[in-house]
Amino acid sequence: MQTGTPEKIFVKGNEAVAMAALEAGCHCYFGYPITPQSDIPEYLSRELPRLGGEFIQAESEIGAINMLLGASAAGVRAMTSSSGPGISLKQEGISYMAGSELPGVIVDVMRAGPGLGGIDASQADYFQATRGGGHGGYRIIVLAPASVQEMYDLTMLAFDLSDIYRMPAMVLADSVIGQMKESVTCGPRPQTVLPPKEWVVRGRAAGEPQNVVKSLYLGDGEMEAFHWKMQARYQELADRECRWEEVQTTDAELIVTAFGSTSRIAKTAVAMAREAGMKVGLMRPITLFPFPKKAYAALSERCKLFLDIELSTGQMIDDVRLSVARDADVAFYGRPPGAGSLPTPEELFEQIKKNYRASA
Amino acid sequence: MKQVFTRPESLKDVSTHFCPGCHHGSVHRLVAEALDEFGIRSETIGVASVGCSVFLYGYFDVDVIEAPHGRAPAVATGAKRARPDRIVFTYQGDGDLAAIGMSEIIHAANRGEDITVIFVNNTTYGMTGGQMAPTTLPGQKTSTSPYGRDTSKDGSPFKMAELLSNLDGVAFSARVALNSPKNVLNAKKMIKTAFRYQVEKKGFSFIEALASCPTNWGMSPIDANQRVTDEMIPYFPLGVYKNTANL
Repeated sequence: MQTGTPEKIFVKGNEAVAMAALEAGCHCYFGYPITPQSDIPEYLSRELPRLGGEFIQAESEIGAINMLLGASAAGVRAMTSSSGPGISLKQEGISYMAGSELPGVIVDVMRAGPGLGGIDASQADYFQATRGGGHGGYRIIVLAPASVQEMYDLTMLAFDLSDIYRMPAMVLADSVIGQMKESVTCGPRPQTVLPPKEWVVRGRAAGEPQNVVKSLYLGDGEMEAFHWKMQARYQELADRECRWEEVQTTDAELIVTAFGSTSRIAKTAVAMAREAGMKVGLMRPITLFPFPKKAYAALSERCKLFLDIELSTGQMIDDVRLSVARDADVAFYGRPPGAGSLPTPEELFEQIKKNYRASA
Repeated sequence: MKQVFTRPESLKDVSTHFCPGCHHGSVHRLVAEALDEFGIRSETIGVASVGCSVFLYGYFDVDVIEAPHGRAPAVATGAKRARPDRIVFTYQGDGDLAAIGMSEIIHAANRGEDITVIFVNNTTYGMTGGQMAPTTLPGQKTSTSPYGRDTSKDGSPFKMAELLSNLDGVAFSARVALNSPKNVLNAKKMIKTAFRYQVEKKGFSFIEALASCPTNWGMSPIDANQRVTDEMIPYFPLGVYKNTANL
């Protein structure tokens, strides 16, 4: 399903996700309508069947995630997408997929919560995404796009990482990134070398081993062994797959850190601070799991003041604090999500000035 | 000497964990015989559910996906859409299919997914120790209905074979029992027909198998067999409820 084109096109973030899925060879999509991500199922309901793929509007997000489980177990690339309330419903299936070592891409276009919340941008599902979200103690790969281009690129990457590490991968966006339009270049699927899927259920022919995709481990020591194996895999991910962006951090005396849509606003505020002669930089994690701990540690060897900015009352800050050197301070500015709470660059610039002065 | 009876190839040569007198073993065997007779073992993907049926992969010599509780029809939908050239069946108990998984079964059936669903109804949650199921009979005592199922509070048992037959997406629906040689022979025919629907790509097929659970009913296997005749079949009549292609 080659859909990549070299020309720049002007599309919504959600559409870029759908286009990347097609280019990545996603064969099945299962979803359920929920704002602010419905452009994804709408796009794929139109395009996927024409390319020979399968689109199902499931009866619920529970149905959708379990269809993803089944399709993935049968060996094809598959995806689902949702937002807060729907992602909560999917947690059961995500836990089973993690327990069954199944790949699969889950797109979470975050909206405000808890409960029905609202449809405005939010970063308050950081914990849900990066701590596994369901029962049993597991992690999934979490990628945080900050632009429509990254919606495209990171969706593609999510398919590859998910296949390589045999675990679900989540693209964690929000309604700002999902709904805004920007120019993107829809590049071709990368020629990543992927491991053969020898574990898929395919029908056991004579002489072939029986393949079972399961998460039940009752034997003495089996469950423990599974967890140790996954811990080693998480470490492998941390060693190889951390991604982040630094802006003017080399001489920075204060490093602002933020992910996703908030990092866009923070980037403007950092530019305003530089304009005013302040040595301020930006650290933007792109992988939230694995969290780029070593990169933070390295930055904090020299710069001792961080300002973590989130569209929540503070979740990623826990990871930042656990990553930086002990003598580094991490200040926080955040606003709970909801209509009207998205901070302006000026507001963030004020926070930079306040913290920068305090440290001087 | 001619061998006239043997273990189906689709079953492994192992003993099961099922209690003495339980009908799961019979249903397993009949499904395996159907797979053997159509010669489709190497094309088949089984979907195990949660409950006594979870160990499907330990007994069937086919590839198996273990589904979350109640979700087997959704998992089977994903597998079949991904691999339409495969034979996909689910094997589910009454708690799994008619309580926690009611949404998944109704919608998979209504979409007319080209899968076969084997539903084992023994009127109780076997694995967890005999609690009230959505198919527990009126007045039946279980560990969570110690005074008997009170239909004014707990509702009445779901008749799944009839209920699903009302959906346009369902091609074949039948209820069978396994408590007598005659019923077993008929069950074999029905299970084979259900798989024939899928082999011939004629749509969603559903088998409800009335089964005994002597352990949780507190009965001997023979008394449990009798209960199927005396109490279950009158409430859950055997028969073919839908057979769109007259197979």
